[in-house]
Amino acid sequence: MKLTVNGVEHEIESAPLTPLLYVLREELGITSPKVGCQQGGCGSCTILVSGEPRRACLLAVAAVDGSEITTLEGLGTAEALSPIQTAFHQHYAAQCGFCTSGMVMAAHAYLENGGGTGRESIQEALAGHVCRCTGYVKILDAVSAAAGGEVASNQRWLPQPGEEAPVEVPGAPA
Amino acid sequence: MPTAVETGAEVLLPTSEDEAVAAFGDGAGVTVLAGGTIVVPEMTYGYLKPQRVLMLAQAGLDGIARGGSRTTIGAMTSVADLTDLPSPLGLCAANVADLEIRAQATVGGNLCAPQGRDAPRGDLQAAFLALDAQVRSVGAGGERTEPVETFLADRDGRLILDVSFEEPAAGAFARLDRPHTHDYSALTVCAARTADGTVRVAVAGVEGPAVRLPSAEAKADDPAAAGVAAVSDATFADDALASAWYRERTLPVLVRRVLTQLQEAA
Repeated sequence: MKLTVNGVEHEIESAPLTPLLYVLREELGITSPKVGCQQGGCGSCTILVSGEPRRACLLAVAAVDGSEITTLEGLGTAEALSPIQTAFHQHYAAQCGFCTSGMVMAAHAYLENGGGTGRESIQEALAGHVCRCTGYVKILDAVSAAAGGEVASNQRWLPQPGEEAPVEVPGAPA
Repeated sequence: MPTAVETGAEVLLPTSEDEAVAAFGDGAGVTVLAGGTIVVPEMTYGYLKPQRVLMLAQAGLDGIARGGSRTTIGAMTSVADLTDLPSPLGLCAANVADLEIRAQATVGGNLCAPQGRDAPRGDLQAAFLALDAQVRSVGAGGERTEPVETFLADRDGRLILDVSFEEPAAGAFARLDRPHTHDYSALTVCAARTADGTVRVAVAGVEGPAVRLPSAEAKADDPAAAGVAAVSDATFADDALASAWYRERTLPVLVRRVLTQLQEAA
């Protein structure tokens, strides 16, 4: 079996019924998809198959043989975040971070499919994703901002050696 | 916590309907893997240790054909692909889980889903019962096409190929709100009226597969009375989602709502 993950083709040796989640994490060492409920209910293992969000824990790897898989690692780098990652950063949309990679992948697909800024449609798109820190308001803010084009992509956010981390609080008085 | 699955099973990967039918044979000892939203976690958790797995991912068997007033839905069609169909099927499908699960879960899997450990499964069964759908399946004795009602009563060892129904003159859908999108509906009620005025009402979320509610159908002109009568047609599941007590008291309300909707659609 073959998988193209984040643009890199891999020959897969796992057994055909192995859930994609374990293939990514254990065979390929790609750990952004998280092992949460393992029954499709929490959203933390969400990845993209041909651009569409799917639960990696529910897909036997043979069912996606030959597919293009995108994980969080394929969206951006620490130096050049994707717009939705920048939005999550700017809007403080991550707390413990466990649900974040799944949330970001679902939100990325939502934006790619032309999703708008409306609260209700974002809630529908993220309905299968659980944040046990209950940071939902910030997450919705982030997706809405990204959908409205309010965040620039490729924004450098890591401090360079000798620099202090920039402290920017969205909405704070100048 | 389960961390990996022992997958020593033989995997059959047909690439056409004919191959799938041949590989399924009489169904003995075969576990069918369609979308995987039920079977894969059952394997992960060690509840299911299949010996032979028929994986339908590449078998085709999907797609919706609308010819005249008749709609035919392939077994591997995703639940997401049903959401634009007329009520009650479209609304019922849109109410299943979340968008990722709907995109992966299949019509065939929904009709074959056994009762879960902590919740009923198979919301769409109520819609197909209300639509008087016909199920075409293969297995021991060959191919047969039968009403969904008889299929649900005797579905072991069958591989569904497609489901078809006449578009209803009017349809209606009501359910108990879910506490979270992942949960199955505690109770789903669907109703449909054919062009000749026949009304069918069915409920999912009861013990076992979904059932029709003939006592309610007989009083379809009086939604409140039909709701009360419906209670005698169902055995209520008692599980983590809702108690049987609660379901019994909610069914009359949902039946009244769908029949009222049908009257308003007249």
